[in-house]
Amino acid sequence: MVARFATPLVLLVLIVGVFFAVDSSFILRVAALVFIYGLAAIGLNILVGDCGQVSLGHAGFLGIGAYATAVLPAQTGLHPLLAMVVGVVAAGLLALLVGRPVLRLRGHALAVATLGLGILVAMVITNEAWLTGGPDGMRVERLTLFGWRVRGADNWYWITAGVLLLGALVACSIKASPTGRALRAVHDSEVAAMVAGIDVARYKTLAFVISAVYAGVAGGLLALYDGFVTPDVAGFLNSIELITMVVLGGMGSVLGAVVGATILTALPQLLTAFSEYEHMVLGLIMMVVMIVLRAGIVPSLLALVGRGGRA
Amino acid sequence: MSALAAEGVGIDFGGVRAVDNVSFTTAEHGVTAIIGPNGAGKTTLFNMLSGVYRPGRGRVRLFGEDVTGEPPHRLAARGLSRTFQNLQIFFQMTALENVMVGNHLGERHNVWRHLLPLPGVFAEEKAARQAARKELQHVGLADVADRPASSLAYGMLKRLEIARALVAKPRVLLLDEPAAGCNATETEALSALIRRLAGEGLAIVLVEHDMAMVMSLSDRVVVLDQGRVIADGAPEAVRADPAVRAAYLGVEV
Repeated sequence: MVARFATPLVLLVLIVGVFFAVDSSFILRVAALVFIYGLAAIGLNILVGDCGQVSLGHAGFLGIGAYATAVLPAQTGLHPLLAMVVGVVAAGLLALLVGRPVLRLRGHALAVATLGLGILVAMVITNEAWLTGGPDGMRVERLTLFGWRVRGADNWYWITAGVLLLGALVACSIKASPTGRALRAVHDSEVAAMVAGIDVARYKTLAFVISAVYAGVAGGLLALYDGFVTPDVAGFLNSIELITMVVLGGMGSVLGAVVGATILTALPQLLTAFSEYEHMVLGLIMMVVMIVLRAGIVPSLLALVGRGGRA
Repeated sequence: MSALAAEGVGIDFGGVRAVDNVSFTTAEHGVTAIIGPNGAGKTTLFNMLSGVYRPGRGRVRLFGEDVTGEPPHRLAARGLSRTFQNLQIFFQMTALENVMVGNHLGERHNVWRHLLPLPGVFAEEKAARQAARKELQHVGLADVADRPASSLAYGMLKRLEIARALVAKPRVLLLDEPAAGCNATETEALSALIRRLAGEGLAIVLVEHDMAMVMSLSDRVVVLDQGRVIADGAPEAVRADPAVRAAYLGVEV
């Protein structure tokens, strides 16, 4: 029971707390971005942290969600929310399609194959300029819900926070279920998992699809929130940032994924005081964190506190 | 009908015949031991019987059905389980969770139900936890159920693997050197456990170097040397076999 609700509850308290502690629409905007990337990182963590399979191309799925949400309303007049659903389904289907052959690979080969998948998506988005606006990107139709035009930092804060909470709850439920246990078994020993009756290929693909769906939702939200998309959303750098969020925050930790997303999204905004040294400082912080807190921020701190559980 | 049967099973690794033309059958219950000097191909044979390797030649039958080349998770569904010579433990889990994974086939696997915190799933988890606890009790690990597997001693991990295999209620259990690295007391406890399981109607196939254990437990002994069967029969008969004595080169069998 506790395992399923603890992390969403902590997140809820933080979300409400930040909202009332902060009186700056700038910070609320940054926070919404954190929630969106936190969602993507939670999903990627199910693949990487729980199931033990790496994906260096996950921004590709972010891009599919984002561009479906941008392109479909512009081309067909579809409601942006429905367009987003189409994007999420497309991301999941692509993961299902390439999952089996790609996840047969291990280690470095898997890393390179997923990297290729991400680059492929980014290239398609960049090259099909007639549809996507090419490297310059394209505008996204504003979201209208029942005649209400969604705008303002407050509203986006709560919308993205709500989706993040739902994503955290689903992730925690999976982790505490037989499915989550099967994923972790695949991580620890594939051969022992097989002998226990676990269809390893199926569970790897399942984790891949789940993480792609999370990324698709995050991509759609990102497009709606920004009102503009560029191919960078699907780019290599974004993929690396996603995996960094997972490792930095803590493999297998839902809360860790959000912490990682916070550091990689919010810290650059705070470090602008260092002007051109901003990325150097960020890099240094990442190195020091990994050296000191090897298991990632949240699991390491929990172990220090002595609870040693998975948050 | 035999529980498990190998019919001319063989496999090559880089031109070397690791296992060649091995045939034997096991009774529906009782203990069959596979012995032989180091490098005789015992573990390789186990890997083929349990679907980890696909046999290059020959057939494997489980309760009469041809299961050659079926992956381990399908064989598990047919009632075959195994343990490993070099431990294959889920080290990031507790002892209890390790055993719960073993119960995978007994659980409902509709992923959609696992996406939300449903009371039905809670109840199933509780039942799974109880079943796993009971199995840990059988192998004498009830006290350490909630400890991380990584904190357990070697002998305990050996028994943990057996508990994980047993919770699935297999009909055939392959044990790969269960007594390796265990002290005399642990080995004695293990023998008692295996004897009890065989008495409960399980077919056990045992690879083991501890000859005293093999001779006292087995109904039947198959001797491998350089990938081939050189003797097959009752423990006393095999012990007296000159070919077996030669293979062990003076080692008292």
